[in-house]
Amino acid sequence: MSDTAAPRGKPPFFSRQNMAYQVYRFKNKPEIIIGVLCLGFLSFVVLVPLLQIVKDAFTFQSYDLAYQRDGEVGAFTLLHFDRVFNQPISKALFVKPLINSLKMGFAVTLIAIFVGSSLAWLMVRTNVHFKGVFGAMLVFPYMMPSWVMALAWLSLFKNDRIGGSEGLLTYLTGVQVPDWVAYGYVPIVFTLAMHYYAYTYLLISGALATVDSELEEAGATCGLGKWKRIRVITMPLLMPALGSAVVLTFIRILGTFGTPALLGLPVRFFTFSTQIYASINARNQGDAYVLALVLIVLAISFIWINSRIIGVRKSYVTMTGKGFRKRESDLGKWRWPATILVILFLCMTVIMPLLLLLWESLTLIPGNYSLSNLTTYFWVGQGNVQLAYGEPGVIHNKGILGALGNSVKLGFMAALFNGALGLLVGYAVVRGRGAKLARWLEGIAFAPYIFPSIALGAIYIGMFSTNIGPVPALYGTFTILVLITVIKNLPFTSRTGIAAMLQIHQSLEETARVQGIGWFRRMFRIIIPLSMSGLVAGMLLTFITAMRELSLIILLISPGNMVLTGVIFGYQEQDMAQHSSAVTLMLVLIIITISVIVRLLSRSAGVGRLSAT
Amino acid sequence: MKQINLSGIVKSYGKEVVVKNLDLTVKPGEFLTILGPSGCGKTTTLRMIAGLEEPDEGLIELGERTVFSRKEGIILPPEMRGLGLIFQSYALWPHMTVAKNITLALKEQRLSKADIAARLANALKLVQLEGYAKRYPSELSGGQQQRVAVARLIALRPSFLLMDEPLSNLDAKLRTEMRASLKRLHRDLEATTVYVTHDQIEALTLSDRIIIMNEGRIMQEGTPFEIYHHPANLFVAEFIGDPGINLFTGTVQGDVLDCGDVSIPLPEALAKRGGKLVAAIRPEKLLVLNTAKSGWQEVKTEILQPTGADTILQVKAGETSMTLLQSGFITLPEGTSLWVSFDPESLSFFDPDSQENLRGELG
Repeated sequence: MSDTAAPRGKPPFFSRQNMAYQVYRFKNKPEIIIGVLCLGFLSFVVLVPLLQIVKDAFTFQSYDLAYQRDGEVGAFTLLHFDRVFNQPISKALFVKPLINSLKMGFAVTLIAIFVGSSLAWLMVRTNVHFKGVFGAMLVFPYMMPSWVMALAWLSLFKNDRIGGSEGLLTYLTGVQVPDWVAYGYVPIVFTLAMHYYAYTYLLISGALATVDSELEEAGATCGLGKWKRIRVITMPLLMPALGSAVVLTFIRILGTFGTPALLGLPVRFFTFSTQIYASINARNQGDAYVLALVLIVLAISFIWINSRIIGVRKSYVTMTGKGFRKRESDLGKWRWPATILVILFLCMTVIMPLLLLLWESLTLIPGNYSLSNLTTYFWVGQGNVQLAYGEPGVIHNKGILGALGNSVKLGFMAALFNGALGLLVGYAVVRGRGAKLARWLEGIAFAPYIFPSIALGAIYIGMFSTNIGPVPALYGTFTILVLITVIKNLPFTSRTGIAAMLQIHQSLEETARVQGIGWFRRMFRIIIPLSMSGLVAGMLLTFITAMRELSLIILLISPGNMVLTGVIFGYQEQDMAQHSSAVTLMLVLIIITISVIVRLLSRSAGVGRLSAT
Repeated sequence: MKQINLSGIVKSYGKEVVVKNLDLTVKPGEFLTILGPSGCGKTTTLRMIAGLEEPDEGLIELGERTVFSRKEGIILPPEMRGLGLIFQSYALWPHMTVAKNITLALKEQRLSKADIAARLANALKLVQLEGYAKRYPSELSGGQQQRVAVARLIALRPSFLLMDEPLSNLDAKLRTEMRASLKRLHRDLEATTVYVTHDQIEALTLSDRIIIMNEGRIMQEGTPFEIYHHPANLFVAEFIGDPGINLFTGTVQGDVLDCGDVSIPLPEALAKRGGKLVAAIRPEKLLVLNTAKSGWQEVKTEILQPTGADTILQVKAGETSMTLLQSGFITLPEGTSLWVSFDPESLSFFDPDSQENLRGELG
């Protein structure tokens, strides 16, 4: 063992041999190469923008000259912070939106959790009727923009406050709806809760389905009563899911723009998201950046508090609503009443809003809901100077059709890039398990989760308004919409990618390696086909999200990259309710059609039937 | 020359060293088994040969080629090593038919279509799976899946064959059958083979040579006969053999080893050595009579386990337990007296401190 030619030992670090070794080593591990590339890309599009707005928030900008003549552009300043936190304007700019956002966030989260978990319990653990239909309908809000309810609310309750027409209720009864019902806090909370319950429902029913009812039965054999079983066994097991549902809902509410804009702005009810939008429109980007930073800090502290309370750090369950039937308790005489309650609920949250929008889109003179006033003009009209500023109906409207093309393109491209990125991140994280690189990558892929949508949008204005090295200025381009959509959805798709990769046993790839099959062929012949079912589900989710998103991109759209949600918001701002209703309906129909087609296609292609062990 | 050579291999995960300065040579065409308890470093060693793990230090040569040398700065990736590897899980690709599973790697080598078809047909024939080409792995039984994994290697014709516990997922009956088919694979390919297992029966029945590993070190290497009959140390003695070897610790008293309830005859060289010793004898080597005989040790039966052809007898001499293995289906009432004798030819002696076999000192 101790002869001089022993093969042991390492060459000095700077020797040719060691360099060759390090290069070989790097080359032999595709997961490291991919990991480094992904990490670099994600740092550039996530961390750099964040640092950029921090810097901009502390820098004197040219538009600040309006407030401070002697300021030096580019110098360090606390001006923006002073305005937001200290000056008299702070009350309108910061304090009120903060209170409104928190009030809104807590109330919506509370209601959504209550409604979502009640529905989850009914669907998973009881013998309520029509589970199949309900299951499909309950997730419908997921496929609609969050502000569809708000539009429907306006159709129903609009009063004469903002001028123009009045809603259905006033038409039918002649009673003027009071402001607090038509606009502001109450309707915002209600309409948001009636949308976001779908998220809490999915998360909690998924978790509930995995809680083995045998655990509860074991509790029963120990002599625990029904309520005690729920309190001591079921609830603790559900806590991580409940916790992540709370965090998810709360952060989404903080970042949501459409509903507070539609229902809040007419009565000057500002939340953080609408205040950021207003500041940007008033060309006070500095204020908007500071507000966006506050929003991010709020989100982070909320996550932190939640993880402290729940005590499980990595409990953010992904949205896979995979349910398998468990022991159901018999509702007895309450079976039909419960079923009818769910039907009424679905009518209120899914069917009625869509019907209201349909009706609205068919009225010739706004506010007149009589049958004689029905028209298909806003769908098929050629354009008439006397109606709606001469805007043609949906199918002849170049602006709408162009935006439709953009929306679909955005959905597909975001889904494609997101799927690819999710797969690569999943590959690098799972294959590189245990290494620092994998942990960093997992962390940074999760980071966009903590940015409320509107704040991420604000960050991207700051970042891509000028060119950075070889990357051109992206503001106003279609590319930036794709980029921000991909990044915002990355936490979910990378989870999907990681989960899909974990299901593919390492030996399936290793055996191909040993047989001399190179990396690209391994990816295309083995890894991608085996992870397809998970990837398709993740990509469909991205597609849906991209099509219906407004909060994320409201700050980034311009006539050059207009998408459907932007068009709808524009019509609504101009009080063109028929157009906005028609386009919204079209958007929802397209989303539903495409997701049904994708589901059918992937089922007939046999994706998901394979057991990858 | 299709020799596998490992020298000075060190491998650690973090602070835990799992392979400690390993030297190992597998001769051309040899069937070598690495046997050891789980966590002994055997699978890591195999994966290092395949290139799926990187040693920290050392040298690995496959035939004429150096595939790893930390000193020279060489690492060849697994795809360039030209090996065949069978995994415990078989690692069949679930989304491909049997035929595709077998031919994927052949296509990568850009063989002609006719050649690929011929190799596929031949491989399926050798493992008796003709007619299964279009099936998916999930439509096959465990044994058939295993045979597909074997066929995949037959078609690939590697010069080096690595197997990582390929039988551990099969039920006992199938195992005997598959042992034979693995042995045939080795013979047909004439490949230099490294087989990793924790199952001593597989090791003893399949191998030309066995290496016993524990805690990252080689405890003994030798033919199955040598390993079984002349364990180099107490670890090997206890690890090999089922039922396990009988061990008696005692002090040299004259020309016998006094172990309290039993005394064991000592060879002259060890009698002179004096001090403490451990004597070992395999259950089937203990001579047994059912009538008293002078100089024989009386024992009482405690628990009998007839396995069909043989019976395992747990007996006691006073407070000292020992195990006997006799052929035939034996039933005796508990507490029946038997008389045993320690055949000097079958006894091994170990130093209780160094744990080493003292065979060398017998001259």
